[in-house]
Amino acid sequence: MSRKGFTPLSSKKQRKKLGAGHLQRIIDQCKSVEERGLDPFIVDIDDLIAVVRQYFPEWESIDEYSLDSEAINRLASIIKIQSDWVKHRSTSLYTDPFLIEEKLRKLSRERLASLFLNAWHPIIELEQISSYGMIEAIKYWQSLLPLDERWARTGAFKTELGSATRNDLVAERIMAERAFTEELEVLWCELRERVGGNARIAYWDFVGAETYEETSKRAYMTSFLVTYGYATFEIHRLEEEIFIVPFSEPRSLVGKKQAVSIPVEVNFEEWKRWKDSKHA
Amino acid sequence: MTKKAQYQRKLKRAAHLLFYKRHRRPGVKGWELRKRLGSDYPKVLGLLDAYLERLDLQIKTAFEGEKPSEKPTLDQMDRGRFFVTIRGGMTPKETKMSGWRIDDVAGLAIAMAFIIAKKGKASRDDVEDLLRDKLPGWRVDINLDRYIRAGYLSQDENRQLYLDWRTRAEVDEKALVDLLLAAESNKKEEAK
Repeated sequence: MSRKGFTPLSSKKQRKKLGAGHLQRIIDQCKSVEERGLDPFIVDIDDLIAVVRQYFPEWESIDEYSLDSEAINRLASIIKIQSDWVKHRSTSLYTDPFLIEEKLRKLSRERLASLFLNAWHPIIELEQISSYGMIEAIKYWQSLLPLDERWARTGAFKTELGSATRNDLVAERIMAERAFTEELEVLWCELRERVGGNARIAYWDFVGAETYEETSKRAYMTSFLVTYGYATFEIHRLEEEIFIVPFSEPRSLVGKKQAVSIPVEVNFEEWKRWKDSKHA
Repeated sequence: MTKKAQYQRKLKRAAHLLFYKRHRRPGVKGWELRKRLGSDYPKVLGLLDAYLERLDLQIKTAFEGEKPSEKPTLDQMDRGRFFVTIRGGMTPKETKMSGWRIDDVAGLAIAMAFIIAKKGKASRDDVEDLLRDKLPGWRVDINLDRYIRAGYLSQDENRQLYLDWRTRAEVDEKALVDLLLAAESNKKEEAK
């Protein structure tokens, strides 16, 4: 029996699979160029069209034809971007984006603003009320209660004039006893003292206090010690232990390192357990 | 009525239409002007523009899509939007009076220049990154949203930023790029 002209089913299936994979890759490449604004000329249109053409006779189902048309559509979009790119380069507005970016980074805010003011011609406009706005205003006015009724509800109190000392304000919790940064520095000194020659201290041993309220406050302040670079956490995940390591000098890591948030639970049960174990 | 008196009336009517904000967006569409002033409204606008020059004001047109390279057709004018803008530049003091801080103006300049350099489209993350160099971090997002609300920039669902209608109406994009280029060459000269 002659095998000429006979295509084994499995081989046809494989070719289809391979072709679909190729088309999907073409679509993804075009998509990424479009969405990320990459150089459109990295897409070799001729090569990709040849690939689409090569597999076209294999397609039979609607899904396969849809994939094929999507690939063609994406390629057409890239051609449009290439054409826009050439058009833009030929205009007087074209400047190397890196050059502009470099200049924007180098120039001061004041200089940038004063340069911009020479190219900025703001619109002059006068606001006026429309007949619709006027009708709305009348409706609002008519729905308002008379003044004597509104004032009756407010109930203003007359009080004697007096003076308050700083201590009175602290007692009323209007003013803090110490400034926040001052309080933070005091806690940092305490941390360094408590650590002594050990370089670190267990989290609960440091934040734990006689009352739960005080513990919460110390935990809150400790989080700022870490955020502002006065100390860091040493976390042993397997042992579920957290240590605080103070720095001798505050270190600013803002913008240098990717910041991460570390959730530490300080609930009442946890505090009670810590307190019992301490007194045991 | 003489022709001169007729044009004087049209001039006044055009000034009323252009100065008073009647829609959510400022400015008047070309077809509205044609309806109120007649088919010779481009000529009326030309006369008004010459008059406003003495007051350092001008009539500016923002066309739909790209700006026509040659003299715009009547159809393009009809679809365009006309505004009155300041003709010359502004001083930093005047800007403060209009409610814009120097930081806000610098931020707007950065965002616009970057988008222009990126062929009219840039990702919001890239613009934010650049703005963080000049503005406090917490203000970057607020400022960008303000520029979008004011109509200077627009944003699509993929967080891509574009120049919007107000930029086309108020900003001379070419002058902005040229001024930026010249600023650095001046700096180099100073260094020498």
